[in-house]
Amino acid sequence: MSELRSILADTVTRLFTDRVTKDVLETAEQGQWPAALWQALEESGLTLPLVTEKQGGAGGTWGDAHVLLAAAGRFGPPVPLAETIIASWLLSESGLEVPLGPLTVAPVHRGDVLRLERGSGGWRLSGTARRLPWGGSAGHLVVVTSPDGPASGARAMVALVAAGHAQVTPDHNLALEPRDTLVFDNTPVLTAAPAPPLIPGDIVWLCGALARSAQMAGGLESLLAQTVQYAGERKQFGKPIGSFQAIQWQCAILGEQTAAAASAAASAFSAADRSGPAEATFEIAVAKSRTGEAAGIGAGIAHQVHGAIGFTYEHSLHFVTRRLWSWRAECGGESYWAERLGREAASRGADALWPYITSR
Amino acid sequence: MGAVGTFRFDLCTLPPEAEALRGEVREFLRETLGDMPPVKRARSWGGFDREFTRTVAARGWIGMTWPRRYGGHERSALERYVVLEEMLAAGAPVGAHWIADRQSGPLLLRFGTEAQRERFLPAIARGELALAIGMSEPDSGSDLASIRTRAERVDGGYRVNGTKVWTSNVHRADYMIALFRTRVVPEKKHEGLSQFLVDPKSPGITIRPIIELSGAHHFNEVVFQDAFVPEDMRVGEEGAGWKQVGAELAFERSGPERYLSCLALLVELIRAAPADPGERMAVAIGRLVAHLATLRQMSLSVAGMLQRGENPNLEAALVKDLGTNFEQEIPEIVHGLLGCEPTARGSDLQQVLGYLVQHAPSFSLRGGTREILRGIIARGLGLR
Repeated sequence: MSELRSILADTVTRLFTDRVTKDVLETAEQGQWPAALWQALEESGLTLPLVTEKQGGAGGTWGDAHVLLAAAGRFGPPVPLAETIIASWLLSESGLEVPLGPLTVAPVHRGDVLRLERGSGGWRLSGTARRLPWGGSAGHLVVVTSPDGPASGARAMVALVAAGHAQVTPDHNLALEPRDTLVFDNTPVLTAAPAPPLIPGDIVWLCGALARSAQMAGGLESLLAQTVQYAGERKQFGKPIGSFQAIQWQCAILGEQTAAAASAAASAFSAADRSGPAEATFEIAVAKSRTGEAAGIGAGIAHQVHGAIGFTYEHSLHFVTRRLWSWRAECGGESYWAERLGREAASRGADALWPYITSR
Repeated sequence: MGAVGTFRFDLCTLPPEAEALRGEVREFLRETLGDMPPVKRARSWGGFDREFTRTVAARGWIGMTWPRRYGGHERSALERYVVLEEMLAAGAPVGAHWIADRQSGPLLLRFGTEAQRERFLPAIARGELALAIGMSEPDSGSDLASIRTRAERVDGGYRVNGTKVWTSNVHRADYMIALFRTRVVPEKKHEGLSQFLVDPKSPGITIRPIIELSGAHHFNEVVFQDAFVPEDMRVGEEGAGWKQVGAELAFERSGPERYLSCLALLVELIRAAPADPGERMAVAIGRLVAHLATLRQMSLSVAGMLQRGENPNLEAALVKDLGTNFEQEIPEIVHGLLGCEPTARGSDLQQVLGYLVQHAPSFSLRGGTREILRGIIARGLGLR
């Protein structure tokens, strides 16, 4: 890790350690927006890593975004950091101005189609965007549309919509993070521009999968740290439970899954830096399916080792495990991405497997 | 709540010279192996072919990282890594040099005498000297420090009595590196162990085959009855054997052979899939591809740490346990998907499955059992 990047890691870790308290997590679950936390993130310049410095961002790389998102996975800050990073990158890449405040991105639900039409007085947006992270509370929404639906290869459009113009049906995921459904009906758009050629219509889906991979890998790191610590402290039969081989085995497997998830996620961010996220679809598919599988195994082990106390709301383990269970399915679950990988492997043919793996 | 700093898997990007070498190795393997049938490729580093080994040596791909004065080629650990992974992926019969290149050579470089290095390393690098490893005994498997084979000092050397087991390929090897007890220290079993270069054809040594469940013969029992080993064949200081063996096992555990043993079966599974596979098959193949890509990244990361002179013991144990689980999962998944019978004849897929189903149980035994590895991992995490 470069020196600048380790300074970034220290900064975000310190900020989250101070600010993402149990109290903040619990009040956010009751529906309160953690304004002070968001303000601190913005003031530290951590919300726009991929926006050019000229446009008010940090002018960084996907590798920097990875550091922030892995930390977000470890601490679970109840704010749309991943969404703001992606949304602001899309605006910046399309030459649009990036507004202050939390952003979200659409569409993130498979099959959602949003249509952008030029009407009198500018572009207008129609359609339904389901389960948008902080859809009702983010200040602005960034939408990516393409004329023939999200999966087509046609030139995509990027549009910025201000909050308050959609009909909002609030909902949330298991971790009580907002996942709201927004309906647009000929809604006015603030600005819109054609996306550059390297940004396809399904970019939000791809970047969402990339971000969730890093968050899940970070979440697993937290589970490993909490579980190893608990196993060393909790005593039964007169000694720490971590001295029993049965528990050591569980922790070893959790360590393996954590390591695999971290490697898969890091590899995807590195590929995104090499060639842009759209050309990193293979690594993103690998990362999302591998981290999702690790998340399922890891959450199970963490709860087993923690015993009944880890099953309570009082204990903090669930702030991570409920997020893992939700993130695992968002922007494509393991089987979705594995199926894509499998179909591509079959069409490349058996003898291309190894050459392809080593060429990535 | 913070980051766990106990293991690190920094991404490792191969330098251009390593990627250039990959092309050369592939070309060589295409020419040398020709249309070797998949079931032979499935043997991986179990294949033993001295002629092939001499050809590899002639290309400069044995002892690649060793100093030139010992017949080495002073190339980087990452260049060596590329040669290894390409050999394994192609299922090349590397068994006649694998052990010497991987662990015996590095052991001699680090702990051997100058005379031993000059005598053995150039011969290994020429592909002329195959080595075997004698560690386990009938009563000492995972508890390696409990070995009892005695080497007692006599005039000019040592007199050895005892038995080694699971000694792979010693019936074909020129030398074995064996761990003996040179001194009995009550209550301190890790002390008093020493390593020796032993000529398996010496008087007093009897080699008996141990046939595997598949009918194949790699393993042997080696019985020492008053066998004589000269003083100058001791490797390292007397009594330093345990420390040396630890370093040797780290080499043994860290390579790509710990996740690639069933690659031939994954390749045949993809070959058996139609160009437009059903959802169930696509998901199964894609999941294995994701695991393969991730394991390769992790394995490369360990190679990068070795190249930088770091000590990735914990990381190597993590990759080996994950890797051998992956290897053992592939035959299970093929069974579940296709329900085809593993056989000695029949289609390529059936034959590869037949070979690997019978060999897969050994993957999580050799080079440190799953149980031992998980103990190492738990210790690395701070639990022991």
